[in-house]
Amino acid sequence: MPMSTQTTVFRTVDLTKTYQMGEVQVRALRGVNLELIEGEFVVLLGASGSGKSTLLNILGGLDTPTSGKVLYLDTDLTASDDAELTRYRRDHVGFVFQFYNLIPSLTAKENIELITEIAVSPLDSMDALEIVGLRERANHFPAQLSGGEQQRVAIARAIAKNPKVLLCDEPTGALDVHTGIVVLEAIARINRELGTTTAVITHNASIANMADRVIALSDGQIASVTDNPSKVTARDLQW
Amino acid sequence: MLKLDRKLIRDLIQLRGQAAAIGLVITAGVATFVMSMCAYRSLEATRQSFYDEYLFADVFSTTVRTPDAIIPRLKEIPGVAAVDTRLVYDVLLDVPEMSEPATARLISIPDSGQSRLNQVYIARGRMLDPLRTGEVVVSEVFADAHGFVPGDQVRAIINGKVQELSIVGIALSPEYVIQVQPGTILPDDKRFGIFWVSENDLEAAFDMAGAFNSVSLRLAYGNHVATTVDVLDRLLIPYGSVGGHTRDEQISHQYLSDELAQLRGMAIWAPAIFLGVAAFLLNIAISRIITQQREQIAALKAFGYSNFDIGAHYFNLVLIISMIGTTLGIGIGFLLGDAMVGAYDAFYKFPSLEFRPDWLSVAVAFLLTTLTSLIGTYLAVRSAVLLPPAEAMRPEPPPSYRPSLIERLLPPRSLSPEVRMVIRNITRRPIKASLSVVGISMAVAVMIVGNFSLDAMNYMMDFQFRLAQRQDLTVTFVEPATESVMYEVQNLDGVLASETMRSIPTRIRFQNRSRRVGVMGVEPDASLFRLLDADEKTVRVPDFGIMLNTKLAEILGVRIGDLVIVEVLEDKRPTLTIEVAALVEEYSGVNAYMNKQRLHEALQESNVASGAFLKVDANRIETVFAELQRRPGVGSVSIKDAAMKSFEKTVAENIMVMRSFIVVFAGVIAIGVVYNTARISLSERSRDLATMRVVGFTNGEVSIVLLGEIAAFTIAAIPLGWMIGYALAGLMTAGLDTDNYRIPLVIERGTFVMAAFVVIAATTVSAWVVQRRVTELDLIGVLKTRE
Ligand SMILES: Nc1ncnc2c1ncn2[C@@H]1O[C@H](COP(=O)(O)OP(=O)(O)OP(=O)(O)O)[C@@H](O)[C@H]1O
Ligand SMILES: [Mg+2]
Repeated sequence: MPMSTQTTVFRTVDLTKTYQMGEVQVRALRGVNLELIEGEFVVLLGASGSGKSTLLNILGGLDTPTSGKVLYLDTDLTASDDAELTRYRRDHVGFVFQFYNLIPSLTAKENIELITEIAVSPLDSMDALEIVGLRERANHFPAQLSGGEQQRVAIARAIAKNPKVLLCDEPTGALDVHTGIVVLEAIARINRELGTTTAVITHNASIANMADRVIALSDGQIASVTDNPSKVTARDLQW
Repeated sequence: MLKLDRKLIRDLIQLRGQAAAIGLVITAGVATFVMSMCAYRSLEATRQSFYDEYLFADVFSTTVRTPDAIIPRLKEIPGVAAVDTRLVYDVLLDVPEMSEPATARLISIPDSGQSRLNQVYIARGRMLDPLRTGEVVVSEVFADAHGFVPGDQVRAIINGKVQELSIVGIALSPEYVIQVQPGTILPDDKRFGIFWVSENDLEAAFDMAGAFNSVSLRLAYGNHVATTVDVLDRLLIPYGSVGGHTRDEQISHQYLSDELAQLRGMAIWAPAIFLGVAAFLLNIAISRIITQQREQIAALKAFGYSNFDIGAHYFNLVLIISMIGTTLGIGIGFLLGDAMVGAYDAFYKFPSLEFRPDWLSVAVAFLLTTLTSLIGTYLAVRSAVLLPPAEAMRPEPPPSYRPSLIERLLPPRSLSPEVRMVIRNITRRPIKASLSVVGISMAVAVMIVGNFSLDAMNYMMDFQFRLAQRQDLTVTFVEPATESVMYEVQNLDGVLASETMRSIPTRIRFQNRSRRVGVMGVEPDASLFRLLDADEKTVRVPDFGIMLNTKLAEILGVRIGDLVIVEVLEDKRPTLTIEVAALVEEYSGVNAYMNKQRLHEALQESNVASGAFLKVDANRIETVFAELQRRPGVGSVSIKDAAMKSFEKTVAENIMVMRSFIVVFAGVIAIGVVYNTARISLSERSRDLATMRVVGFTNGEVSIVLLGEIAAFTIAAIPLGWMIGYALAGLMTAGLDTDNYRIPLVIERGTFVMAAFVVIAATTVSAWVVQRRVTELDLIGVLKTRE
C-alpha cells in the first residue's frame, strides 16, 4: 500500500503521563510519538507497568495526558473538554477490556443494544453477535456465559457501534489459549472486514504475528516499531 | 425501553428487599405527615366554617347581674360588630339511673328563637319554642351518653326546685365543640351537658327579668381584642364581672387550638425523623451499589455515556424508591387521616366534620422526599459521576484495615479471628458505623416518644388524684356557706373526714403581665387536698403569702419572694399585694392558693366556704351524694372515682391507637436500618465469607462475622436511643405545655425495656433473613468472578 493514500487516524506528539502518588512521581509515559494508520492492526507489547494501558486509555479519550498532543484525524483530543471526549468515545471508539465489563443485569443482546442505542450508525445487535459466533446466546445473561463467551460479547458490543477505532486492552488476558484464539479471530475479522483501525495490547508476543505493525513499549517510551509483512491468522499462531 | 432503563429496573428488582425497607421508612414518614396535615386542614377548616356560620363570639364575659339598659353601651364599644346577652347557670341534674352527679349548663334562648351569637345548630328534633315553658334543647354528646331523644323528660334542680324539662331537640354549638366542665381536665359526656332553655323560663327561675349575666361580643374584622376586653371590663365590673376574656381562654376553642398545634408539631417532627433515617439508608444503599458497579460505570463511560446519563441513572434509581414510598405514604396518610378525623368526630362535635385531603401537603411530601433522597445520595452519585473511567478500569485496591485500638488494648490472641474481623470492619468506617447506630437508635427513640405519653398520663393521674387530692367527693356551694352549713355537711352520716376551702375569682398581676386566676384558700394542715412539689413532697401552706402553681409562676414570670398584685373580682373587690411564698406542682390549670384564714382576713369576711372536700366511707358514697344533692345550697358534687375512670377511659382509648401505629413505625425504622446494614455487609463481604467457608469455617462462624456487627450496632443503639427518646419526649412536653394541662416528663422503666425489646426483635428478624443467605453463598461463583 503506497503511503500517500493512507490516512493517519492517530498521531501523538511527545506524549507524557505522570501520576503523582503522594511524594512519588510515577512517569507512566515519557514522550511517546506514534502514528496509527487507518485500517491497520497494531499490537502493543511491553512489560507490566510499561505504560500500555495508559497509552491506550489516552488514545481512547478515557484519560488525558500530562503533556504532549494527541490528534485523532484532525481533532486535537488534548484540547477537548470532558463533554467533547464523551462525544468522541460515543461516536468513534470501541473498547474491549481485559475483564469484559459487561453489565450483569442485561442479556448479551441488551448489553450490545445499550451501546447501539446511543451510536450514530450501529450494526444490528444480532449481526454483531453473529460476527462473534454467539447469535444463539443472545438472551443469556453474562453470568450464564463462560469467560471467553463474555469476552466475545464484549467484542460484539465494541464493534456493534461500528467504530472507527477498536481498542483492546489484553482481551485474551483472562482466557485460555483456545478461547483466546477464538476471540482474537473475531477481532481480526472485524479489522479485516470492516476496516476498523485496531490496537490490541497483549503480553503474549506470539500474538504479534497477527499484526500489521508491532509497537513495543518499555518504561514509558517506544522501544521499537516493527512492520510485520507476513501476517498470520490467529489459528496459526504459535502460543 | 432504553437498555439503561432496563438495567435500572433489574437493579431495582435485585435490590428489592433493601428498596422495600427504605421505601417503607419513607412511607411511614410521609403517612404521618399527610395524616397530620389532612387532619389539621379538616379540623381547621371545619372549625372556621362552624365559627363563621354560627357566629362564634370573640370576647366573653360573665357578671352577676347586669341590667339590660347597659346593652346599648356595649354596642357602642369600638370595633364591636354584634352583642349577645344571655343568662347562663350551672345546675345539677337528677338523672335517675345515675348515681354520680351530672351538671347542666343552662343557656337562655331569646324570644326570637335563636341566639344572636354562639348560635345553636339543631342536629335532631327542633329548636325550642321560646314562648312555651319547660322545653329544652340538649347538647348532643350529653344526650347520646344518656340515650336521650327528643320527647324524653329530664329533671333539673333549678334554684333549689326540681323542674321537669322536656327535650325537644339535640344540638351543637361553636362554643361547645368539646364540652369540658370548667375546673376539670377532660370532657365527661355523662356528667356535663349544655341545656338551652327559653329566656323566659330562666328569668322566672332566677328572678332575672330585665337583666343578664353573660355577654358575648363579635368584633368587626381586624379589631384589637385586648382593648375591647379592657373597655368591656370597665363597663361590667360594677355588675360583678370577673373580667372578660378572649377566645384564647375559651375552653372549647383552647382544646381545638391545642389539638391543631399538636397536629402541626407531629407534621414536623415525624417526617424529620423518618426522612432523616431514609436519607441515610438511601445513602448507604446507593454508595454500595455504585462501588459494586464501578466497572460497569467505567464501561458505560468508555462507550460514550455522559456524566449526566450516569448521574441521572442512579438518581432515577433513588427517585423510584422514594416515589413509590411517597405515593404509598400519601395513600396511607389519607386513610389514617380519614380515621383520625373519624376519631375526632366522636370527640369534637361539628355539624359535619369531614375528611378533606390536603393537596398542598401531598405536593410538599413529594418535594420533601425528593429533596431528601437527592441530598442523601448526592455525594455517592457524585462520586459515580466523577469516577475517572481510566481509573475505574483498574480493580479497586483492597480496603486498608488496621488493628483497632480495642485490639491493641487487649492481650494478643484474646480475640477470635471472627471477632477481630467484626471489630476491624466497624472501625474501618467509623462514620458509617455511627450513622447505623444513630439510625437504629431512632427506632428506639420513636418507641419511647410514642409510649411516654401514656406513662406521663398515668403519672399525672397518680399525682393529681392519689397523692395530691385524696378526697372522695368535692362539693361546691352556690353561695359561700356559713359555718353551720359546713357543719351539717361535714357531719353527714358516712363522711369520715372533711376540709373546707374558699375560692375567689381574681386577676393576678406582676409587672406588665396578668392572668385571671381562681385563688383558693385552703386549710393549712390539710390531709385530703394537699399541695405538692415536683418531688411529690407536701408543700406546707405558709401563714402568709400566696402559693402559685409553677405554670402560673411561669406565665407571670415570678419567683418566690416576688410581690404580686391580686385584684379580687368579687364583692368589695379589694386589691391586695402579696408575696409569693411557695410554688406548687400541678399538671392542669393555672391556680393560686393561700392560707384560708388569711384569705378571710384579706377579704374582711367571716369563716365561710365555697366548697368542701370529703372523705367518705366507701359503702356510703352514693347515699352521701344523694343527700348532698338534695340540699339547696349545693352547687355541684363530683365524685373523684367517676371523674378518674372517665378520664382514663378516654385517654387510654386515644393513646392505644396511636401506640400501635408507633410500634409499627418504630419497627419499620429498625427493620429498615438493620436489614440494609446487614444486607450491605453481606454484599461487601460475600467474597470474604465464601472464602472462609471454602477454607473450612462453619456457617455459624461465618455468620458471626456478618451478624456480630449488627449485634454491636444494636447494643450501642439502645442506650443512645433511650437518650434521644428522652430528649424528644422533653421537646414534646414543652410543645404540649398549655394552660389546660402539662405533661410531666415521666418515662417508666417498662417503656425503656419495651423500646429495647421491639428493636431487638426487629433486629433479630432482619438478621435472621439475611443470615439465611449465608448458607446460600455461592462458594464457587463468588470465587470465580472478580468482584
Ligand atoms: N491511576 C494511577 N495512579 C498511579 N499510578 C498509575 C496509575 N495508573 C497507572 N499507573 C502507573 O503507571 C505505570 C503504567 O501503568 P499501565 O497501567 O499503563 O501499565 P501497563 O503497561 O498497562 O501494565 P500491565 O501490563 O500490568 O497492565 C505503572 O507503573 C502504574 O503503576
Ligand atoms: Mg495494562
